[in-house]
Amino acid sequence: MSTLDVDGLIDDPDTRVIVCCGSGGVGKTTTAAAIAVRAAERGRTAVVLTIDPARRLAQALGLAELGNVPRKVTVPGFDPKGELSAMMLDMRRTFDDMVRAHAGPKRAEEVLANPFYRTISSSFSGTQEYMAMEKLGQLVAAGTWDLIVVDTPPSRSALDFLDAPQRLSTALDGRMIKLLTGPARAGGWGIRKVVSAGFGLFAKAVSTIVGGQLLADASAFVQAFDGMFGGFRERARRTYELLRSSGTAFVVVAAPEPDALREAGYFVQRLASESMPLAGLVVNRTHPVLATLPAPKALGAAANLEATGNAPLAAAVLRLHADRVALAQRENRLVARFTKAHPAVAQIHVPAMAADVHDLAGLRHIGNRLTHTP
Amino acid sequence: MVTTPVVGWTEQIARARLHVVTGKGGTGKSTVAGALALALATGGRRVLIVEVEGRQGVAQLFDTPPLPYSEEKVASAPGGGEVRALHIDVEAALLEYLSMFYNLGFAGRTLRKMGAIEFATTLAPGLRDVLLTGKIKECVTRTDDSGRHVYDAVVVDAPPTGRIVKFLDVTKAMADLAKVGPIKGQSDGVVRLVHSGDTAVHLVTLLEEMPVRETIEAVEELDGADLRPGAILLNRVRPPRLPARSVTAAADGEVDASRVREDLRAAGLDLSDADVDGLVEETVEHAIRVHAEQRARAQLAEIDLPAVELPEQVDGIDVGTLYELAEALVDQGVR
Repeated sequence: MSTLDVDGLIDDPDTRVIVCCGSGGVGKTTTAAAIAVRAAERGRTAVVLTIDPARRLAQALGLAELGNVPRKVTVPGFDPKGELSAMMLDMRRTFDDMVRAHAGPKRAEEVLANPFYRTISSSFSGTQEYMAMEKLGQLVAAGTWDLIVVDTPPSRSALDFLDAPQRLSTALDGRMIKLLTGPARAGGWGIRKVVSAGFGLFAKAVSTIVGGQLLADASAFVQAFDGMFGGFRERARRTYELLRSSGTAFVVVAAPEPDALREAGYFVQRLASESMPLAGLVVNRTHPVLATLPAPKALGAAANLEATGNAPLAAAVLRLHADRVALAQRENRLVARFTKAHPAVAQIHVPAMAADVHDLAGLRHIGNRLTHTP
Repeated sequence: MVTTPVVGWTEQIARARLHVVTGKGGTGKSTVAGALALALATGGRRVLIVEVEGRQGVAQLFDTPPLPYSEEKVASAPGGGEVRALHIDVEAALLEYLSMFYNLGFAGRTLRKMGAIEFATTLAPGLRDVLLTGKIKECVTRTDDSGRHVYDAVVVDAPPTGRIVKFLDVTKAMADLAKVGPIKGQSDGVVRLVHSGDTAVHLVTLLEEMPVRETIEAVEELDGADLRPGAILLNRVRPPRLPARSVTAAADGEVDASRVREDLRAAGLDLSDADVDGLVEETVEHAIRVHAEQRARAQLAEIDLPAVELPEQVDGIDVGTLYELAEALVDQGVR
């Protein structure tokens, strides 16, 4: 196992996009922000695209208001050699903008007013992922930044990020819906004839369940959308290609917990099968032992001290040290299992901060830990 | 030192038959749902744990092979109870649902192969949740020949806090979209159940800032939607090691290193400077964490809900620790 060299990654001018991915709750957003801050301080013109930052982290980046365009981070005491901008993804607005960009004004208004569009653009489970990709494409196209750091949506499964655009794309593809809405649409009969009779029944059943109105809305939406669809698919394809290019680096983030490491393992395999460039794994929030005293010895001495009753602090120090040894051993075991399965993946272990990070100083500190800078 | 007055399991919660377990991602929601199911089954009751997010986490938790779409026994509880598990397969649930109204025959399988069902659930994003909540309601209300409820309690490993209200009230939302059809009829039943005293929505949290904040927001959201928050389930609670009076000073970095060194020497440990420094640093980190935990407890105390605690399991979770957690819950009055 080699060490993930984060400084090497951000100092390399050929690195244009860093994607931080991993399952929910592992510290992706904070890691992405810390990498971006460090990159700016080391001279890059960087932008960080965050998805759902904790409020105080957003404030630390000057993102108090939700905006859908990057804003330069100007915080007292932050005077980077390069430059840092930050933005928070507003998925609804990104989707609306995309519709406006692809359709004529009249058709765009039609789509935006459609109830089915409103459902899809605000609550479809893959929309956030898709819009994150779309925004990434826009940031790259803008050419303003030489490094883009992307946080990925907080999904349960890290793989959603790669699969969602495809799923949404299928949903917006007109074929299925034409089948469902059948005879009312041109060509409907033709297609209907070649599929099994069961489909007609199914269409009827679905329409009974979700209600005819919803299907009609969906149908109207897909018709209005049809002309734009080629453009959508083309953009999604280009972003996908971008993710496979050598200027991109995926940083997989995991906590030293079984579920998070399992997800990280799936993701690593998936990246390999899609030929997407993996930089390495950040094992986030570890608890390394800071003193060489073995746990049994600490516990024995603690028991002795407790028996005398006159050194409660020292006894507590020993007990909490033994807890920490046990925790570190568990974390090491879990990480060793990952390493065994994925020996070629570079790693860096980032010790947990004692308190939550909510300012630039904290992000800088995490940057130091990410690079093992004292 | 601030502590949450632990009220434990109230009479009102004990009367609930549907226990919905939610929490921020990463708080150990599934583990807690499993332990709760075992605790509720203790003493001879029959409990069903339902998984809705298609991860087979329940199977892993109880160390069984991946669950099919049927109610399988996964554990025996102390005192003769049993826990069954159901992993809801949305496609199968949709076909089951359709077959209530249509005779699809083998066409069902064909549709499944074509991806038509996935498409239908994609088309109407709420359809998925409608099917899930519909199936849950069916399990809660199912009775045997003698008219007795088949399950004494149903525990749902539910979606995370951010999605929970939308999930539970999906039939309400869908009823607005679909003004006619079977959904309309079914939605009324689900709405009645989840808004009744038969349902309690429990919130799993850690004693950390973000999960606590999300918990408080979720409680407000539940109250706003007229859903009933049940108990706060404090997960991975670690024992406080430091004497209470030392915490604040230690959190500020004030640990008397020379005093510690002398006391350790008296206990027969002659440590290097580096080791003493290391121990002091560990102590400061511990104290900062305990401090944050105290703040978290104080914040949780303000929402004034019953709370139970599950101790941290340093060696991870296996079936054995699941029983230990269940026992801890029973000791705190879970029934």
